[in-house]
Amino acid sequence: MSDQTQTAGGAQPPSSPLPGNWFDIQARSYAEWMFWVHLLILQPPGFVVGLLFVVRCATPEGKAVGTRLLKFSLVGPGVAILIGAALRFVSTQPYLSFILVRVGIWVILATSLNLINGITGQFSLGHMGFAAVGGYTAASITVLLGPRLGVDPANPGPADPLVFFAALVCGGVAASVAGVLVGLPTLRLRGDYLAIATLGFGEIVRVALLNIPALGGAAGFKGIPSFTTLSWATLWAVAAVLVVRNIRFSRHGRALLAVREDEVAAEAMGVDTVRYKVRAFTIGAFFAGVAGGLLGHYITILVPKEFGFLNSIEVVVMVVLGGMGSITGSVLAAAGLTYLSEALRAVGDVRMILYSLLLILLMLTRPQGLLGQIELGRDSVRRLRALLGKWRRGRAPAKEETPG
Amino acid sequence: MLSVRGLDVYYGGIHALRGLSLDVSEGEIVTLIGSNGAGKSTTLKTLSGLVRPSAGSITFRGAEIIAERPHRIVARGMSHVPEGRRVFANLTVAENLDLGAYQRRDRAGIREDLARTYHIFPRLEERRSQRAGTLSGGEQQMLAIGRALMSRPRLLLLDEPSLGLAPRVVSSIFTIIREINQAGTTVLLVEQNAHLALEIAHRGYVIETGEIVLTDTGPKLLGNAQVKRAYLGEAA
Repeated sequence: MSDQTQTAGGAQPPSSPLPGNWFDIQARSYAEWMFWVHLLILQPPGFVVGLLFVVRCATPEGKAVGTRLLKFSLVGPGVAILIGAALRFVSTQPYLSFILVRVGIWVILATSLNLINGITGQFSLGHMGFAAVGGYTAASITVLLGPRLGVDPANPGPADPLVFFAALVCGGVAASVAGVLVGLPTLRLRGDYLAIATLGFGEIVRVALLNIPALGGAAGFKGIPSFTTLSWATLWAVAAVLVVRNIRFSRHGRALLAVREDEVAAEAMGVDTVRYKVRAFTIGAFFAGVAGGLLGHYITILVPKEFGFLNSIEVVVMVVLGGMGSITGSVLAAAGLTYLSEALRAVGDVRMILYSLLLILLMLTRPQGLLGQIELGRDSVRRLRALLGKWRRGRAPAKEETPG
Repeated sequence: MLSVRGLDVYYGGIHALRGLSLDVSEGEIVTLIGSNGAGKSTTLKTLSGLVRPSAGSITFRGAEIIAERPHRIVARGMSHVPEGRRVFANLTVAENLDLGAYQRRDRAGIREDLARTYHIFPRLEERRSQRAGTLSGGEQQMLAIGRALMSRPRLLLLDEPSLGLAPRVVSSIFTIIREINQAGTTVLLVEQNAHLALEIAHRGYVIETGEIVLTDTGPKLLGNAQVKRAYLGEAA
């Protein structure tokens, strides 16, 4: 601030006050900042108050609040240190961060499809179509409109992150509109028929893009500024996971599950099934569009081939592999398969065979997906403990069992 | 409470309901009996908005509801227990019941009704964190009824609650239906098991190929020669 006021006497500062990658710098320093906030501001009072609750409270509820506070004050700084250290480490590893950006993008795609496919039960094979709509929209904004807003691909400027963010949101919104347009006429369709209709949508988008010269056609949309970084991918992946998770565990999420389980019964319970299906498509398509935007601004070129139905199926595979409806399942499957496909790059198209084998194997041994409907989280520790207890009791001689 | 006049329903070219009329008054158990394909389930589905009629009028608590979507009709206080139970198999018992109260926002009232439902069906409370698909047929039927009660309906539509259940389970479910009615919920009951239905019903309608052919009080229909021959399997 101070040196700016000093130069303010002149006509204009020679260089911009902010570097072009200020977003990443901010993201990294935010993690560090969180560490200090946890350690110095949240931890001591949390510890003291928690201890007070545990010692002084007579009721079990009070003690429970106390233990939770204690745990939070001890775990918080630890988590913050881990995240800060991880970000620091990864930023020195180009290959790792390359993989992690891809993981982030596929996590967004898989979680958003999980909302449509796993949670609401609407089998969609056109998810890449939404990603294409979002990707091309976002790229059009940064490439065509960007120069007027102060974006220079050769020269990073402070406006870049803002324009990029706006472009991603616009891409998401455009994909949402496409989602509604697809959702409304296909709402009467179920199962296989819906799958075919959405497949058709994805192909229409791809073929349309092939034939629009202004968007590069088959050669691809070139010259997209390289804006996507690990921080961006992480930010949106976390946002997608949190949004879908919050929907899943809300009253709306339960209504979506009801639509998946039995549409007629859901309707008889007073769930407006039409509205919920459109909502699922709108929100799912939004994040797919954002993922498309991130992808375009990472590899700096968009090719229609990237959004073909093979890739749509790959997203479906991630959702099925992780377990229909399980958000943590989608995240794990997206991360695992993305890593696998990078690791198997050397063997080329053989990886699709390996994929298929993996899927067949999984469907034979675990048809409900890796996690089924289970979410990994705070609950799973408790569940694991319960399971262990059961197992122990099962091994102990069954004398306690009394009839009645 | 409910008044249906001249209801016509088509499934494609099939004329499923032909000018069907019936009435249900507050506090009654009314039963609709008839053979397979007579139009019993169609009648209930049309009332709750799942099927669209081509003509007729349905007045429920003083309002015309014929063109309304199902979720609006639920909001008006009608709750439908569909044929074949249709519980949400992969959700837990508690989640199923929560979905029954989906439209309600009054947490205290919901908790109260949950307690009442568990009181009526203690089995459901024992199994509340169990997946609904793992319940027995009778328990699923209890869950379907409990789920419908969670919306605190004024009128409960029951479609074949005895379907596929053991006789002892059926009789306990019918006892419960009577108790629910005595607690103040009006019931419209569709059944193939005419004998059981007429025993607990105040009034009954006999439906044949989409038309009401006979109506009377429950006990009188039980004694009616025509009903005995056609539906009760007794020689008149």
